[in-house]
Amino acid sequence: MRAAQDGATVAGEWQRQPAAAGGRPGRWAVGRLGWERGDRPARGSGVRRRWNSVARIGFVLPVILYLALFFLYPLVSNLVLSFQDFGIQSVYSGRAPFNGVDNYLRLLRDPVFGTAVVNTVVFVVGSLVFQFTIGLGLAVFFNRAFPLSGLLRSLLLIPWLLPLVVTGTVFRWILDTSNGVLNHVLLSLHLVDAPVPWLNSVSTAMIGVLLCNVWIGIPFNMVILYGGLRSIPVDVHEAAALDGATGLARFRHITMPLLRPVVAVVLTLGLIYTIKVFDVIWVMTKGGPANSTQTVTTYGYQLSFGGLSQFGLGAAASNLLIVVALVFAVFYLRSTRSEVVAR
Amino acid sequence: MRKLALIAATVMLLTAGCGGASAGDDSTLTEMDYYNTDPLLTALPQLLDTCGKQAGVTIKRQVVPDLRTKVLQLVGSHDVPDLVLLDNPDLQQIAATGALSELGLATDGLYPNVVEAGRYQGKLYGVAPGVNALALYYNTKLFAAAGVAPPKTWDDLKAAAARLTTGNQHGIGFAVPATEEGSFQFEAFFLSAGGSLSSLDSPQSVAALQLLTDLVGSGSAPKDVLTWTQANLEEQFANGALAMMVNGPWQLPQLAKAGMTDFAIAPIPVPAGGTPSSALGGEVWAAGNGPRSAKATEVVKCLTAKDNSLSWSKLTNYVPSNEQAAHQLAETDPRFRSFVDEIADAKGRTATLGVNYPKYSQALWTAVQSALAGRATPAAALEAAQKQATGQ
Repeated sequence: MRAAQDGATVAGEWQRQPAAAGGRPGRWAVGRLGWERGDRPARGSGVRRRWNSVARIGFVLPVILYLALFFLYPLVSNLVLSFQDFGIQSVYSGRAPFNGVDNYLRLLRDPVFGTAVVNTVVFVVGSLVFQFTIGLGLAVFFNRAFPLSGLLRSLLLIPWLLPLVVTGTVFRWILDTSNGVLNHVLLSLHLVDAPVPWLNSVSTAMIGVLLCNVWIGIPFNMVILYGGLRSIPVDVHEAAALDGATGLARFRHITMPLLRPVVAVVLTLGLIYTIKVFDVIWVMTKGGPANSTQTVTTYGYQLSFGGLSQFGLGAAASNLLIVVALVFAVFYLRSTRSEVVAR
Repeated sequence: MRKLALIAATVMLLTAGCGGASAGDDSTLTEMDYYNTDPLLTALPQLLDTCGKQAGVTIKRQVVPDLRTKVLQLVGSHDVPDLVLLDNPDLQQIAATGALSELGLATDGLYPNVVEAGRYQGKLYGVAPGVNALALYYNTKLFAAAGVAPPKTWDDLKAAAARLTTGNQHGIGFAVPATEEGSFQFEAFFLSAGGSLSSLDSPQSVAALQLLTDLVGSGSAPKDVLTWTQANLEEQFANGALAMMVNGPWQLPQLAKAGMTDFAIAPIPVPAGGTPSSALGGEVWAAGNGPRSAKATEVVKCLTAKDNSLSWSKLTNYVPSNEQAAHQLAETDPRFRSFVDEIADAKGRTATLGVNYPKYSQALWTAVQSALAGRATPAAALEAAQKQATGQ
């Protein structure tokens, strides 16, 4: 298996381990840790067995405590906050009147929130489509061995390694209407007659932030898809080639079907990641001009911390986002489980 | 073993870091501000030291770039710093939480509107050591070459800007990004036209937005004004890409650093019959309501006294909040003339709207961006803004 050497099929590796250890994939193997008696022959004295189960709980406890403290508590308090009229006057006392689903209703009636939802959909779909197709193209390209491919592949990882604030700032300069290098190039090649107001027009600002986000996302897609391609056995391709299948037919009938589990992982993880993108947009446009790049994340931040101090509304906006991400997270977990079963 | 020691050291470091804000006894005051660049980065501690000594305390300074959010977070955990240098439009909101201490200080000699900007519900919570306003910087070399006089009215401004727009050079730049900065810059035109913040869609306001829309629409101002900050304006002005810019006095050291000397400063141009005005900018000293608030008030009194107000203003290139000191400055340094002239009539952003100002401001910068990006006419954009600000 070449995949194991590559170490690129992170998701695949991670899932394979519990399966190899005999646990039930995709579930918490609580029974293995001492609660389900009888699935294992008794060993040693009763004291020792009790000590064993204490030790087993001891191993799980830190994780449970960690999850409860850093994930469950903030999630629950954010949920509670979204049902409160929590404004500036509540910050000191921490007390705020409960107002039921009022925050959610107000959000749904808020035209800016509507714009933000539409923008988020455009941003996510646009990012995924281009990141994925370009990432897949590069993965297929690098799957053919050629000189310097290793070096080039590592160079392509650079967008992934840069801090998002740096990337956003550089793209803001590149896309500057009057002094940006992109307009300079386009003008000198006579591709456009006048400078394109990339981040300064309601019709092109979204394209501007998408350009940046797609650039950031390509390496992630390429790396995971490349790993998936490497794990497709060569003999299947050879057999198909012997049967007279052309390159395109092999890609359609062998590569794509065998790559499907990896594709599902890449797309769901990409979606969960893209839906919560904040830094890139904040650095480039702050949601402007005139809310044309305002997403649910940036609007939620603005409601809470942008001077409005409507923490209840901000919490409600982010909760809606969490629900969407959660739905896709479940979808992701299911798809990886079926992948393990398929193996 | 070594690993354990390392972990222990890390934990100690972390806890020491967390305890920093609240550490100390009655003789140590905590202070927060957002001045993370020189000259203030090094000069402010000296000023704090002087005033701390007078009050018999030591002051521990902390620089926090996103100060407003940090202070709100500390308000939530009842751990407000003893002294905090807040941006003046944020003062009312922080005061509304009840976490600030009322300052029993005399404010004789200060500009009345500056004192007003430090009040919340009639009580004094913040005092400004210095203030600022926006005015029109213009490149004297370019103006002389084109034979244009510094514009006084909006019509002059349009004509001059069009005249000075050639190739890569734009006639005028202002900064209207989707932040408070955008509102602050627009308010200079808006207030000079006689607009009032409580009615965003007044005819004066529409006229002011129409002016900016025309400037961008005709190409006299770059489209980049929608994403540029005031610091970006300074860079563009310094390298000659802008013949005029709307900016504050705090840019003077940056321009000097860039070697830009061929400029002068005029009051904000006005429509026929208007007076140059601006929103009042600058920070105010406030004291937390902790057990050391009396000492903190003493320090604020020292920091805002006439002499210290003057040295603060010299460091920040602000106008002293003390009226007499401000006039002295205008006489000795002509670059400050326009700023000083505008201060007396500058409007505190929270003066009429109080804690609701951020809501109006967000609606306002959105309207400005809508009009400049061609999404709506100035009248329609401002009408929507008024609805957004007063609704909910």
